[in-house]
Amino acid sequence: MDVFADIGLGVQTALSLHNLLYCLLGVFLGTAIGVLPGLGPIATIAMLLPVTFGLDATASLIMLAGIYYGAQYGGSTTAILVNLPGESSSVVTALDGYQMARKGRAGAALATAAIGSFVAGTIATVIIALFAPPLAEVALKFGPAEYFSLMVLGLVASVVLAHGSLLKAIGMILLGLLVSTIGTDVNSGSQRYTFDIPEMADGISFVVIAMGMFGLGEIIRELEHESTRSVLMTKVTGLMPTKEDLKRIVGPIMRGTALGSLLGILPGGGAMLASFSAYSLEKKISKNGAEFGKGAIEGVAAPESANNAGAQTSFIPMLTLGIPSNPVMALMIGAMIIQGIQPGPSVMTEQPALFWGMIVSMWVGNVFLIILNLPMIGLWVKMISIPYRVLYPIILAFCGIGVFSVNNSTFDVYLMALFGVMGYVFSKLECEPAPMLMAYVLGSMMEEYLRRALLLSRGDAMVFLERPISLTMLLLAAAALAMVLMPAIRNKREQAFAEEE
Amino acid sequence: MASFIRDPKDFLSGLMFLGFGGTAIFLGQDYEVGRAIRMGPGYFPLLLSGLLCLVGAACVIRSLTRPGEPIAGLAFKPLMLVVVSTLVFGLLLRNAGMLAALAASILLSSLASSKFSLKAAALTIVLLSAFCYLVFLKALGLPIPLIGPWLGG
Repeated sequence: MDVFADIGLGVQTALSLHNLLYCLLGVFLGTAIGVLPGLGPIATIAMLLPVTFGLDATASLIMLAGIYYGAQYGGSTTAILVNLPGESSSVVTALDGYQMARKGRAGAALATAAIGSFVAGTIATVIIALFAPPLAEVALKFGPAEYFSLMVLGLVASVVLAHGSLLKAIGMILLGLLVSTIGTDVNSGSQRYTFDIPEMADGISFVVIAMGMFGLGEIIRELEHESTRSVLMTKVTGLMPTKEDLKRIVGPIMRGTALGSLLGILPGGGAMLASFSAYSLEKKISKNGAEFGKGAIEGVAAPESANNAGAQTSFIPMLTLGIPSNPVMALMIGAMIIQGIQPGPSVMTEQPALFWGMIVSMWVGNVFLIILNLPMIGLWVKMISIPYRVLYPIILAFCGIGVFSVNNSTFDVYLMALFGVMGYVFSKLECEPAPMLMAYVLGSMMEEYLRRALLLSRGDAMVFLERPISLTMLLLAAAALAMVLMPAIRNKREQAFAEEE
Repeated sequence: MASFIRDPKDFLSGLMFLGFGGTAIFLGQDYEVGRAIRMGPGYFPLLLSGLLCLVGAACVIRSLTRPGEPIAGLAFKPLMLVVVSTLVFGLLLRNAGMLAALAASILLSSLASSKFSLKAAALTIVLLSAFCYLVFLKALGLPIPLIGPWLGG
């Protein structure tokens, strides 16, 4: 089978000293920044993106992937130790993890999270290796009409599964697409919305938008609630889970992994949805259901496995179709474009070393996570205890230097400040910035596919409905929208999101 | 806010979308739209801004019929200080150099915290400057002057 040859190439790539080093560095930096309360994976990746620009494409993507699951795991550490989930996907981990920590079982909770993540990561890596190639092959047959419809479906699905008002999310998507048209039009060479500012001719770098809205915007929001923050640190003792613990976590880890892998592939899914669903599932079927919320070890194992599995399988649509299923993947696609790689199914055939190297490195990264995290827990605890008033000026400074370094442009720093204000205002109006970022990343591709599809069909818009695959995707998108609008499901959806908060 | 607006967040979101959409249509009126078979540079933006205006209008209409929560006040102090410190950072970085930019922006942004302490800010400035010098200038070789022309560097 070809798969073995491909994986062999991947092992070779991922295990080269150069790439190993960047994987380790990524996991380390990701965890270090991810443990800081209030910094989720999006902000962490956005902040560290510029660091990777100097590397070759493979190393930079391997490092970014490392940063991602490092940040994910770091967030769980914080959730368990201080009950301050840095990101939405570790909110549920905090429920039982923090209770375990309060009972003096922080060590066991951390170890459970690490073991669960590792098992889930290993299985999810195999799933990616098995499912990505056939999917990419199908996608290679897609024409521009199919691609356009697929992107529509991706954006719609991300909104349906995200929380808040559907109408406003659609507005944010349109706004993101509109912002992506800023700059020089590739076909005619004419300038659009550039106000004759030379720095705007190449459009706005997505790093500026991501750092502005998720970095600066987040800081302003955090400062607003500053007084409510409390850091109550628990001591970490007894890292090893007991035999009894191990027995209890096998089932939840397996179920969490299965559920997480499935949800991760769905557009708009990814880590957050995965951990919530795994937790509710486990709570329903577990013998110790009554213990949930009071420090049940299953309540840590299931969501932690699920969010890691989901985080990894969300790479499948990103790598094979070039469609981000969540904002983190949007950042990855942005990074690929900056590296000069056109995301899509051709990545697998044109850049096999990058594709397979990245997949294998995900597993390597998971090994690093477990080696790195348990012994270094003391360091992470120290990082968590840095007070926010010291932290945020440093984050701001890093954002400034990072954004500047992308194009060596001071203008980008000013622009980032503008997007920071916008991000804050959006959050005040409950307009989610994540769909906007995803739409922004897809914008120029969508325009190009729309243009090509209509050129091939001689201007007939029916082409999107006449081609079966394209029609199917548009019908799925319409069905997803219709489902949210139906009152029964709408209530359930609101309930589900209310539970999260 | 006027009493007939029942959901101020929706209302303002709608106005914002209408504003962005309207501005895009206004600015883009000279871009050649073309036809579907041969789209001009103005086609996609016009399509998007048109749709955005529709969504905006729908938001505004909905805000009159469906009740919602009031908007919590803007936190002006952190907002202004974070923005100003970023702008100052950008302004100083090339002209006065990294040290001055870091010092000024950290001092300004630290003021946004209700637990501001000059000692902590000063310590942060010293440590972070050393770190940034080693990592960004020495190791990564970013083209940023340590001390810029404004300070005689």
